[in-house]
Amino acid sequence: MKSSSIKTLIASATLALAASQAGAFEQSRTAECIAPANPGGGWDFTCRSVGKVLTDIGLIEGNVQTVNMPGAGGGVAFAHTVSKRGDDSALIVAASTATTTRLAQGQFAGMDQEMVRWVGALGADYGVIAVSKDSPYQTLSDLMSALKEDPNSAKFGGGSAAGGWDHLKVLIAGSAAGIEKSSLPKIKYLAFNGGAEAITQVVGGHIEAFTGDISEAQGFMESGDLRVLAVLSEERLPAPLDGIPTAREQDIDAVAPNWRGFYVPKDVSDDAYQWWVDTMDKVYGSQEWQDVMTKNGLMPFHKSGADFHDFVQQQVKSIKDISTEIGLIK
Amino acid sequence: METLNYLLQGFAVALTLDNLMFAAVGAILGTLIGALPGLGPANGVAILIPLAFSLGLPAESSLILLTSVYAGAMYGGRISSILLNIPGDEPAMMTCLDGYPMALKGKAAEALAISAIASFIGSLLATVGLVILAPWLAKFALRFGPAEYFALFTLAFATLGGITGKNQFKTVIAACLGLMIATVGVDISTGNQRYTYNILELYEGVDFIIAIVGLFAISELLFFIEMHAGEGLKKVTLNKLKLSMADIIGVLPTSLRGSVLGFISGVLPGAGASLGSFISYTLEKRLVGHKGSFGEGDPRGVAAPEAGNNAAANGALVPMLTLGVPGSGTTAVLLAMLVSLNIQPGPMLFTQNADLVWGVIAALFIGNLILLLLNIPMVGVFVKLLSIPPKYLMPVVTLVASVGIFAISNSALDLYFMIGFGLLGYVLRKLHIPLVPIILGMLLGPEMEKSLRHALTISDGDWSILWGSGLAVGIWVVAIAGLVLPYLIGPILRRRMAAQAEKSHSVVD
Repeated sequence: MKSSSIKTLIASATLALAASQAGAFEQSRTAECIAPANPGGGWDFTCRSVGKVLTDIGLIEGNVQTVNMPGAGGGVAFAHTVSKRGDDSALIVAASTATTTRLAQGQFAGMDQEMVRWVGALGADYGVIAVSKDSPYQTLSDLMSALKEDPNSAKFGGGSAAGGWDHLKVLIAGSAAGIEKSSLPKIKYLAFNGGAEAITQVVGGHIEAFTGDISEAQGFMESGDLRVLAVLSEERLPAPLDGIPTAREQDIDAVAPNWRGFYVPKDVSDDAYQWWVDTMDKVYGSQEWQDVMTKNGLMPFHKSGADFHDFVQQQVKSIKDISTEIGLIK
Repeated sequence: METLNYLLQGFAVALTLDNLMFAAVGAILGTLIGALPGLGPANGVAILIPLAFSLGLPAESSLILLTSVYAGAMYGGRISSILLNIPGDEPAMMTCLDGYPMALKGKAAEALAISAIASFIGSLLATVGLVILAPWLAKFALRFGPAEYFALFTLAFATLGGITGKNQFKTVIAACLGLMIATVGVDISTGNQRYTYNILELYEGVDFIIAIVGLFAISELLFFIEMHAGEGLKKVTLNKLKLSMADIIGVLPTSLRGSVLGFISGVLPGAGASLGSFISYTLEKRLVGHKGSFGEGDPRGVAAPEAGNNAAANGALVPMLTLGVPGSGTTAVLLAMLVSLNIQPGPMLFTQNADLVWGVIAALFIGNLILLLLNIPMVGVFVKLLSIPPKYLMPVVTLVASVGIFAISNSALDLYFMIGFGLLGYVLRKLHIPLVPIILGMLLGPEMEKSLRHALTISDGDWSILWGSGLAVGIWVVAIAGLVLPYLIGPILRRRMAAQAEKSHSVVD
C-alpha cells in the first residue's frame, strides 16, 4: 500500500512537470461512467455532467456513457467494480461522502476503501444546520448550548438514514461544540426520504432543526422559510451564500463537505490511473466545469491523486470513530 | 393570480414541441389501452413506465407522457363499452348500461360523440378543480406532521377495498403481501438491514417499478397465452354521426353534475374512478326519474358516468401530488414513477418542482383537448384498432417492459424479479386477489411505519400524539367510516350494480 502511494506521488510529480508524458497511456475512445443510483440523483448528475465536459473540451475522443447501477447506496456498483471490472481502465464510478460513510460503517459487506483507487473530487456540497424562521435559535451556538443542557431539546430531521451522513453532521457539530460523548446518542434524529421532506416538517413546526446540504436548503432559505444557522465549511461560501456564518466562526470546529468525485478499479495500470487524475485536474480547471458548478450550486472543492486518496482515508477513519462513539457500529 | 402565473409557466413547459408530442402520443396510446378490454389504466401506465426510462426522458416529459396515457385510458374505456358491451376498464362499466343499447339502436356514433364530450367536460372541470384545490391543499399540508400522516396512511389503507370492492378479506391479504415485500431492505429509521441476507441487491429493497411491471404487464401476457387469444374482437362498423347542438345541450347539465361528483370521489383517497362513474350514474338516474329512459339508451346515461370517471381520474391526482398519498391504483403507479425519478411528492412539490407540476397540469389541459379531437373525428381509427389480434400486441408489450426494466438498472437480477412478480401476479389473479393493494402496501407501508416512528420519537414514546390534533382526529373519523361503511352500504350498492348490469345483459366479468 505504502509503496503504491509513493509511486503515485512520484508519478504525479513527474507528470505534472511533463504533461506530454500522459501520452504514454492511450485512453480508449469511449469511457464508461457508472452512476450507482437511478437517473435523476446526485451520482447520475456527476457522471453525466463530467462526461459531457470531457467530450466537450476534447479530453476524450469518443463519448462517455453513463450507466445507472442502483443498489445498496452504491454497494452494488462498488462490488461490480471490485469483482468484475478490476482492470478496466476506461471505467470511472461516481462517489461522494455517502460512499465513504457506508464504507466506514461496513455497510458494503466484506469490502473497504482499499479495494479501489480514488481519482479525485470535483466540487462539494457543504453541510448546513438550519431551523424554521420562527425558531428561538438564532445561532448554532444557541442550539448547541440548548442541546448541551438537554439532548432532547431539539429534534433533527434529514434526508439520510439513521447513521447516514446527515445524521453524522449533527454529531460532528455536537462533538465539536463540546457536548458530552454520552449525550450524543441521545440527540434525536428523524430519517426522511429526502432533504425536502425533512425541511417540510421543520417549516411546518413539527421538528426543530434540519441537517442536510446547502443545495437542499438554498431554495427554502431564499423563500425565507428556513434560517440557516451555520454552514459546515472551512470558509464562507461564495456569493450569494456568503451571508451564512460558518460553524468555525461560532467556535465550533466542524467541517462536513459532501464531495462529488470518482474512483477507478484497483488493478488499472499506474499510467491509466494517472491519466484519469490529470484529466480530472483539467476538467476542474476548465471554464466549462466552473459553469456547471455555478449552475448547479456545487462549491469549490478539489483534491486528486494521492492527495484525494489520503483525504478519503482520513474521512473514513473519522466517520468510523464517531460512529463507534455513538454505538452505530460495534 | 399567483396560481395563474404558475399555470402560464406550466403552459410554456407543456407547449414545447417535445412535450406536445409526448402528450399526443400518450393520448393515443392511452385511448388504445383503455379501449382494449383487460388492459386498464393502471396496467397501461405500468407498461409505459419502462418505455419512459428506456428513452431516457426528463422528469417532466415522462410525467406528461404518463398522465396523458392515464387521461387517454379514461376516454378509451368507453369505446368497447358502447360498441361491444365489454367495458375497456373497470370505471367504464357503467357506460355499458346505456351506451350499448344506443349502439343497438344504430346510434353508436352518437353515443361515442356524446361520451367524448362528457369526458372532455369531466376532465376539464376536474383539472380546473385541481388547479384551485391543489396549491391550497399544498399550503395546508404543512400542518401535517408525522401523527397526521400516520392517520392519513391508515385512512388510505382503510378505504383501500373501496365501497364497491368485492371481497374485503382478499384486499387485506393483498395489502399485507405488499407490506411484507416493503419490509425488505435497509430500515432508514435505524439503519439496520431487514431480510437482505447480505445480498447487496436487496439493500434498497424491492423496486416498486419492477413489481408493478411484473404484476400487471407480465401477468397480462401469461393470461393471453393461457387463453390462446389469437383473434381480435369482432369488427364493428360505425354509423354516420348525426349530432345536433340540441343533443349536446341536452347532456350538458348531466355532464356538469357528473363532473362535480366524480371530482369529489376522486379526491378522497382510495375511492377512485369506479365510484365516480357509479355515483354519477345512479344520482343522475334518480334525478331524472321517470322522464328518462335509463337503461334503454338514454344519452344522459352515457354522459353521466363518463363525466364522472374522467373527473375522478383527475381528482385523484390532488392527494397524490400534494400529500404523496395516491387516491387510486393508477395514481399509485404514477407516484412510484415520481419516486423513481427522485421527485418526492408532497406539499413542497409545488414550490420546489413548480415547473414540473404546472407543466403536467398544463399538459392535462392540452391532452384533454387533443383527446376530444382524437375521439370525435378519429374514433373510427380506434374502432379498427380494437380488432388487432392480441398475438401481435402482447409480444410488443413484453418487449417494451423487459427493455425498459433493464434500462433502469442494467441488472439481469431485476429481470428475474420482474418475471417472478409476473408469475405471482398470475397466481393472485387466478385466486381473484386484487393487485392494486399490493402496490399500495409496498408504497405506503414504509411511509406509514416511518410516520409512526417519527410521531413516537417526537412525543418521547407517548401514543396520545396520534390523536393529539383536531386534524388527526378528523382523519381518524374518516378512516373509521371508510373501514365500516363498506360493510353497511357495500352489499346494497353491489346488489344494485349487479341488478343494473343484469338488466342490460352485460357480460361484465
